[in-house]
Parts: sequence; structure tokens; C-alpha cells
Amino acid sequence: MSALIEWISQMENTKPFVLVLFFVTFVGIILYIYTGKKRSKRLESYKNIPLEDDEHDHHKDTKDE
Amino acid sequence: MAQSTATAEQYNYDIVRKFTIMALVWGVLGMTTGLYIGSELAWPFLNFDIPQITFGRLRPVHTTLVIFGFGGSALFATSYYVVQRTCQARLFSDGLANFTFWGWQVSVGLAAISYTMGYTQAREYAEMVWPIDLLIAVTWVAYLVIYVMTLRKRSQPHIYVANWFFIAFILATALLHIFNNFAVPVSLFSLSSYSYHAGVQDAMTQWWYGHNAVGFFLTAAFLGMMYYFVPKQAGRPVYSYRLSIIHFWALIFLYMWVGAHHLHWTALPDWTSTLAATFSILLLMPSWGGMINGIMTLSGAWDKLRTDPIIRFMVVSLSFYGMSTFEGPLMALKSVNALSHYTDWTIGHVHSGALGWVAMISFGSMYHLVPRLWNTKMYSEKLIYLHFWLATIGIVLYISAMWVSGIGQGLMLRAYDDFGNLAYTFIETVSFMHQPLVIRALGGLFFVSGMIIMAFNSFMTIRQSRREKAELDAKLAEKLAQA
Repeated sequence: MSALIEWISQMENTKPFVLVLFFVTFVGIILYIYTGKKRSKRLESYKNIPLEDDEHDHHKDTKDE
Repeated sequence: MAQSTATAEQYNYDIVRKFTIMALVWGVLGMTTGLYIGSELAWPFLNFDIPQITFGRLRPVHTTLVIFGFGGSALFATSYYVVQRTCQARLFSDGLANFTFWGWQVSVGLAAISYTMGYTQAREYAEMVWPIDLLIAVTWVAYLVIYVMTLRKRSQPHIYVANWFFIAFILATALLHIFNNFAVPVSLFSLSSYSYHAGVQDAMTQWWYGHNAVGFFLTAAFLGMMYYFVPKQAGRPVYSYRLSIIHFWALIFLYMWVGAHHLHWTALPDWTSTLAATFSILLLMPSWGGMINGIMTLSGAWDKLRTDPIIRFMVVSLSFYGMSTFEGPLMALKSVNALSHYTDWTIGHVHSGALGWVAMISFGSMYHLVPRLWNTKMYSEKLIYLHFWLATIGIVLYISAMWVSGIGQGLMLRAYDDFGNLAYTFIETVSFMHQPLVIRALGGLFFVSGMIIMAFNSFMTIRQSRREKAELDAKLAEKLAQA
């Protein structure tokens, strides 16, 4: 464990390690989001949340409209 | 009426109303101060040799009032509104919400007064002295608690993406504020303090804070606003929800690394400078992804641009978001920065983001919000159109003038004659800048006029709402008396 901490505390190890970690995580997020038809459909369905609770659907915004 | 009463009970709109009013108040005061100090630069006699109103003291008053007073209050208002509406849950703890209101307003007010009296930490956008920093920290923790607790009691299973942006803004701002303001007071009863950090690390910390204040306070949070209010006003859902998720994560990943581009060509290690420039270029992708997502939300509803001034505010704000997030990475390149840094180009860039993006999306969102909060219609649509044109013309005048002034100034400061001597004296660059500075003040005058018109329109709307309510109450009382 202490050897691992020593390794990660060296800047020449930390920088490429973090680069790979972040890159892989980000690619993972992209793959998760854009793969799977069912998942895509589910994710896209969330876009309607702001429109679902609108008691002012026919709200007239201005007096001199 | 019954419906609106039910909504008022379901949601805490009172706190949203308070923050909305204060956003308008700080907006008028902060932008007027900006106009005055812009005029001081064009006509220095306006300093009148009064220390309290000189540029050096009023400049942080302007930035604090517009960023934290106007922008901060608008964010508190919209985030409290959005989290309740998208979670279909009442805001956690009315008392704590009121504490955040008073904590924030007192901090902004005290900060402005202390700057004019000459008390400052001399850290850009974090000039507040240490006791005010402590008050802000406590207020901000209360804000985080309210937000998280409201999310926890949501009726909606999914947390809508606007809330992701708001929560990232709250968390990041807490981190930035606390670490950048580590200071040792000179004594318990002194407002002066020494920064805990030293030398280049102090500068690094300051600009890690400074640019992430732009990234998380002035960008991520207002994107939260955009992801709720643009779809609402357009009456259609956001173009791509999946793109909004990528937008969020990419922005959060990249922003934290770019602060050091404010310190190019200084004592900073070269690799840090290069890293910041590289991440600044990468930031273009999520920024434009988000801008496209916002603009494409209107796909199929472009006709609304002809009839809805609020949509105009939103589209122009997204256009400026795209433009300033293109200009930013460009200016973060070391070679471009060598010319642009320490010139008015930077001021122009900041204002294309602050006026074009931040203020315009806030105006659009608040015009959507005000009639709903007070359950009436806006007093005048014509005044909204007038505000839109004054603001748009004002921004264009402002940033064009700053491009001329900044690029001209940069070129003059770098010019050499055949013998390797500087081609221009410093005072020659100053006299060159006079005309653009006058145009900038004119642009500011346009923008401030628009802000005052908005405040008037909102004030009249609130008055109208009270009158309508009184009339309705009188009618009800009359009917009850007859029954």
C-alpha cells in the first residue's frame, strides 16, 4: 500500500495516471449515454420534466399582447 | 385564483420573489456603478478627487454588485424555483431559505460599503474582507443544505439536468470560496489579513478561483437556468437530453484546469501554462455542444422569435455564449495572450460573456418568472422589446469599442522601431484609447437604460398584481356579503 502511495505521489506518475483515468471515465460516460436503445429512450424521456408541471400552459405573458 | 393559491402552498414562491426583487435592485445599482466607472476612464475629472468614488474603489463595487448581487440573487431565485418545479417538492425549510436571503444580501451590501471605505483583500472577484467571507461561507453551506434536502424529498424519480448544473455550481463555489480565502487576520478586531498562500502559489490559487468563478458561477449555474427556462418559454423540451448530460460532464471535467491561462508569461511553470491553454481549447467542445443544444431547442419554433421578446433574449444570450466561449480559448493561447493580456480586449471579452450571456439569459428567465410569481401578466410587452434592443445595441457597442481599444493598445505596447526601442510611449496608448472608451461608456448607457426599464416594468407588474388581487378580494367580499 505504501509503495502504491509513493508511486502515485510522484508527479511523473500522477499526471499520466489521472489523464488515463479521466479519459477512460469520460469515454465510459459517452458509451453509457449513446449505447442501448432502451436506455437512450429512457434518458430522452427526462427532457419532458420541465413541461410536465405547468399550470401556466396558456399563461398570457403580457398585458398588451 | 384557487389554482394559484394551491401552487403557493405547494411551493415556496415567497423566497423566489424576494431574490428576484433584489436581483433587479442590485442590477440597477451595479450596472449604474459600472457606467460611472466606465465614464471615469473616458473622462477622469469624474473622480472629483474624492477617494470613495475613484475607479480603484468603485470597480470592485461594480463587479460585486453585478456578479454576486444581480447574478447571485438571480441564481438563488431561479435555482429555488427550478428545484421545486422539477422535483415537484416544496423547498426545504422556509426559515433556512430566509437565512440565505438575508445572509447573501447583507454580504453584498457590506462588501460594497467596505470597498468604498478602502477595505479590500485585493483578490479579484474575492475582495471581501475576512468577516464577510465567513458570512458568505455560512450562507453558502445553508444554500447547499436546502438544495440537497429538497432534492432528497423530490416526487420526481429523476433529477432534471438543470439541477445537476445548479448543484455543481453550489459545490464548486463552496470549494473555491473557502480555499481562495484562507487568510490570517492581522488581529481579531482588524479587517485586514494576510493570505495563507504565498508567491506564485497565491497567484495560482487566486486564478484557480477566478476562472472557476467564471466557469461554475457565471457559466454552469446560468446553464442550469438555460436548461429550464429555454424549454419552458419555447414550450418544447430541450433538443437532446443525452447531449445535455455530455455537456455537463465535459464542462465539469475541463473547467477546473484552465485558471492558469490568466497567468501566461509570468513566474508560473511553463507546463502549467501549457496545460491551462490546452484545456481551454478543449472547453470549446462542451461549450458549443451546450449552445447548440439550447439553440436547437427552438428547432421548428423559430417563428416565436418574431412574436416573443423573451425568446429573443434567450437566443441572443446563447449566441453570445457561443461567441465568448470561442473568444476565450482563442485568448488563452499563449501567443494571442501575449497581445491581449493587460489590455481592454480582456474587458471586452468578459463583458461579452457577462452582458451577452449571463445578463441576457437572466433577463429572459426573469421575464418568464415575474408574471408567474405574481400571478399576472407583464405590465408592458413593448418595454420588453425596448429593453431587448437597448441591451443588444449596448453590448455590440461595448465589445466593439473594447476590441478596438484592446487590440490597438496591445499592438502599440508591442511595437518597436528600427533600433529596437518602443515605438510608442505609454501616454500615447492612453490617448489612443480615449475614443473607444467614450463609445464603451455609450454602450454601457444603453445597457443600463435597458436594466432600469426592466426594473420599472417589473415594479409596475407587481403593482398591477396587487391591484388585481385587491379587486378580486373586494368582489369576493361583496359576493359573500350578498349571500
